[in-house]
Amino acid sequence: MEYLTGNGVVVLSRNWRCREGEVDLVATDGERLIVCEVKTRSGTGYGEPAEGVTPAKAARIRRVAAEWLRAHRVGWCEIRFDVLAVLCPPGGPVTIEHLRGAF
Amino acid sequence: MSLASAWAVALYGIDGVLVEIEAHIGPGLPGLQMVGLPDTALSEARDRVRAAVLNSGERWPPRRITLALSPATLPKAGSSYDLALACSLLAAEGRLPPERLRGRVLLGELALDGRLRPVRGVLPAVLAARTVGISEVVVPLPSLAEAALVDGVRVYGAGCLAEVLAWLREPAVGLARPGPLRAAPPPVVPDLADVLEQGEARWAVEVAAAGGHHLLLVGPPGTGKTMLAQRMAGLLPALSDEEALEVTAVHSVAGLLTPETPLITMPPFVAPHHTSSVAALVGGGAGLAKPGAVSRAHRGVLFLDEVAEFGTQALEALRTPLEDGEVRLARRDGVVRYPARCQLVLAANPCPCAPPDERDCTCAPAARRRYLRRLSGPLLDRVDLRVRMRPVRRLDAGCDAAAECTATVRERVVQARAAARARWAGSGWRTNAEVPGAVLRRCFRLPRSVTEPIDVALHRGLLTARGADRTLRLAWTVADLAGRDRPTLEDVSAAMGLRERGAA
Repeated sequence: MEYLTGNGVVVLSRNWRCREGEVDLVATDGERLIVCEVKTRSGTGYGEPAEGVTPAKAARIRRVAAEWLRAHRVGWCEIRFDVLAVLCPPGGPVTIEHLRGAF
Repeated sequence: MSLASAWAVALYGIDGVLVEIEAHIGPGLPGLQMVGLPDTALSEARDRVRAAVLNSGERWPPRRITLALSPATLPKAGSSYDLALACSLLAAEGRLPPERLRGRVLLGELALDGRLRPVRGVLPAVLAARTVGISEVVVPLPSLAEAALVDGVRVYGAGCLAEVLAWLREPAVGLARPGPLRAAPPPVVPDLADVLEQGEARWAVEVAAAGGHHLLLVGPPGTGKTMLAQRMAGLLPALSDEEALEVTAVHSVAGLLTPETPLITMPPFVAPHHTSSVAALVGGGAGLAKPGAVSRAHRGVLFLDEVAEFGTQALEALRTPLEDGEVRLARRDGVVRYPARCQLVLAANPCPCAPPDERDCTCAPAARRRYLRRLSGPLLDRVDLRVRMRPVRRLDAGCDAAAECTATVRERVVQARAAARARWAGSGWRTNAEVPGAVLRRCFRLPRSVTEPIDVALHRGLLTARGADRTLRLAWTVADLAGRDRPTLEDVSAAMGLRERGAA
């Protein structure tokens, strides 16, 4: 959250849900809508955090984004789907990787 | 750096094409895309490479990876690209100096733990790399001896991915270099002296070996047809360096080479069972055809025992390869060409019941005819020597007459072959059997008085035009064996006799 605002974007919704599912963050940088999935893992034993975003999950986020637009009566606009891969190993420093336009 | 290239070789029959493997690491969700017409084994490389990279202590880039194999239109098959895929990927990630990959070909299949496994076709791949000017090739350790057969390329052997990566990062690390070439132990061949009697058939085998002619042995069971044929390989001279590379390349593609005998120096002897299919004999398989028995016997002997039991289709399929000395096989992924200049040795019983003495035959005439009809006219026409074997009458015949042993006969064969080779030296033919009939008739024309038996037989319709050419070749071989520089009337008559006698 602080990481994103530090990057000059305005967060519009957090954990917004509808019958299709949930998106973690909806924000804007003034030009386009940014729909962001935050994926956190405590270690890479099961793979990198970003690998947890499967094609099925990506498709769900797209559908939820469409719902969000409808619910907020926003017409056509450019959307960028991001993934925030957060790695917080126990006792170690937290690393954040921001994949812009991930899918 | 998010873009890098490595090089590997795609095999197309026994010809190789250099393949550039590009790796691009771009933004996006982690994943791997492979483009460039990979087959199933190559598509599965993504899982092998990933496991091998992780188990070699490297990090798998959590990004969108695109691997492109170029030329993109050439279908690629097999697992030999694994090593190059892994290295291009790590270079794109910036974990390898990309300039170290330039001018080097990397071959090998990766095991999940990062070990390098041997792959097929290393020899033709290294030959192809040399042709396009590659100076260094890395191969799996078990294939090192095979790769070292090629002059003019520095080959290295590696046991695992980590070794290759260390070498690419730090040239001083060094990889295994091939040791001195170990000569394969001379194969144990049965001796010709074991065969009882059969003077005529022995002579035919000698002529066949000297001239590279095809041979048919017909006779009752137990007269030594199979024994004679198996001893044929021992009569042939060792392969020249160039022939040895040709033969080894075919065997490499077929996956028949062992680390102990990387180079095949003796003429191969291939004896497929009589249930063999067309594909087993001439080559075949899905996608891109694999070499069959006729190609594995290139520059050697293809022995078809009990030839009358073979499927008609399988035998007829041999006709064109025997004539052209190569097979062209068209399959889904393209046409491949394998060399198939082998010497055919056929053995058959005269009829289904085949008693020791033919007068005791109980077969119906129709059954007899049907039995040998499997050997069609066109196929038999290509066989230069047809010999009828007589039943053995005395078991001790070999003891007192002291039958000639392989070494003696082989010496004569080697001399005759040397004479033939010297005569055809300018034109690239090695044996009399390879010389086109037109050349024999035009440039090496014999006087009419000498070729009279052939002319008479042709005139009476007892001999086809091809049969006449083949008889001429046979006459040259008989003359070579006798040490004459030109066939005489006796040689031509002997050739006619060898061809006609015991005709099925």
